[in-house]
Amino acid sequence: MGKVGIVSYGAFIPIHRIKVDDIAKTWGRDGETIKKSLGVYEKSVPSLDEDTATISVEAARHALARAGINPKEIGAIYVGSESHPYAVKPTGTIVGEAIGATPSLMVADYEFACKAGTAAIQSCMALIETGMIKYGLAIGADTAQAAPGDALEYTAAAGGAAFIIGKDGVIAEINGTYSFTTDTPDFWRREGRKYPAHGGRFTGSPAYFRHIINATKCLMEKMGTKPEDYDYAVFHQPNGKFPRAVAKMLGFKEDQIKHGLLCPFIGNTYSGSSLLGLAAVLDVAKPGERILLTSYGSGAGSDSFDITVTDAIESFPKEKAPTVSQLINRKNYIDYAIYAKYRDILYWE
Amino acid sequence: MGGEAVSRFWREIPQRYNLIGTKCKVCNRIYFPQREVCPFCRRKSIGKMEEVKLSGRGKIVTYTIIHVPPKKFEGQAPYAVAVVELEEGVRVTSQIVDCNLDKIKIGMEVEATFRRIQDDGWTGAIYYGYKFRPVEKHEDKK
Repeated sequence: MGKVGIVSYGAFIPIHRIKVDDIAKTWGRDGETIKKSLGVYEKSVPSLDEDTATISVEAARHALARAGINPKEIGAIYVGSESHPYAVKPTGTIVGEAIGATPSLMVADYEFACKAGTAAIQSCMALIETGMIKYGLAIGADTAQAAPGDALEYTAAAGGAAFIIGKDGVIAEINGTYSFTTDTPDFWRREGRKYPAHGGRFTGSPAYFRHIINATKCLMEKMGTKPEDYDYAVFHQPNGKFPRAVAKMLGFKEDQIKHGLLCPFIGNTYSGSSLLGLAAVLDVAKPGERILLTSYGSGAGSDSFDITVTDAIESFPKEKAPTVSQLINRKNYIDYAIYAKYRDILYWE
Repeated sequence: MGGEAVSRFWREIPQRYNLIGTKCKVCNRIYFPQREVCPFCRRKSIGKMEEVKLSGRGKIVTYTIIHVPPKKFEGQAPYAVAVVELEEGVRVTSQIVDCNLDKIKIGMEVEATFRRIQDDGWTGAIYYGYKFRPVEKHEDKK
């Protein structure tokens, strides 16, 4: 038993996609301009029968299929999302029951805009380090809401990733983590409201960039590392441009971020965003490679992680569940009318 | 306020989430939904029925496309409902999802997925359970 780390992981992305062009056409905007300004071409859309609970269950089952552990050994489940199907009643209990981990386990739902999933990983790490549990299941998943016609509509997507955290059979060790948190109202959704509101350009410099840069720099200082020490870097992806810009500001190269940059093809999966990026990196990573992961959640905060892939990844049965690229390529295009029906923009009873 | 079906759905969670059936330890027949007594072994099976988790993999025996759905499923039409024979030999009726309706066919391999089934309106409980989708191969092409 060595360091705490990732024992297994699984991802899920709903099959439906809508092109940014179709959304732009609906609102009389120019698709080319929007694709260029956001760096996003299409986004994933959940079916009427999919929500954060179903996505979480699928991702968790994929993680378990690869892990080969008894689900009863999972001592805690934390599901991070800003689109939990219930305002009161946990998503985590549904997941726990669906993977056969109940009843001897801790469960709580987390919410911190797009970074609740990485907060879930940190909680699991602490519980494992203190010996309270053997394995913890941390999930980040969302079916992100966006008001019709709002700028967010081009990117708000659905998907999630699940990580089994533990000390036994670790495929990637978590060397350290650091969080940077302030009270910054850049994006929010009030109680009882269906769609979030945001501060437009205010979501940039004082919010996304400040928190990611500080969390990442402080983590590297703590670990004594430099950008070139990492083979991969994954940053939260609200669009295709911000992660590229923040990577450049921090001194990371395109080669380091390209494997985990999924937003151009699936949109912003909110709590799933940086974690799906990490899953995509683990799909291709080799023993000894080092990964930097920094999430961002509006409101605002960033969790940064320093991760090293172990030799165990070579015998890790990835083929027992779909890889992120397989999930991205498994797609069915829908138009705005079907999108409106699926996202409950049309009203019918 | 709503909740008429909550207790019934709650009782069925093991079946709906994880396809938990029962096996008669006398004749080894598997039942889904669960049975208290084996209809073949009758009193001999009392106390000898054990829970068994079904694989969730099977083949479409027959199917139909629903164009005029019940109220709770209006937004999903047209959709397929199939009789699926699982590897263990039991047959279940289920919606088929994530499948182009032109591609669906008898004999197609399917696997269980976890979806919303219905809810008790906007204020009521949400009920989850199995639906089936075409089997995906996960061989790494890299």
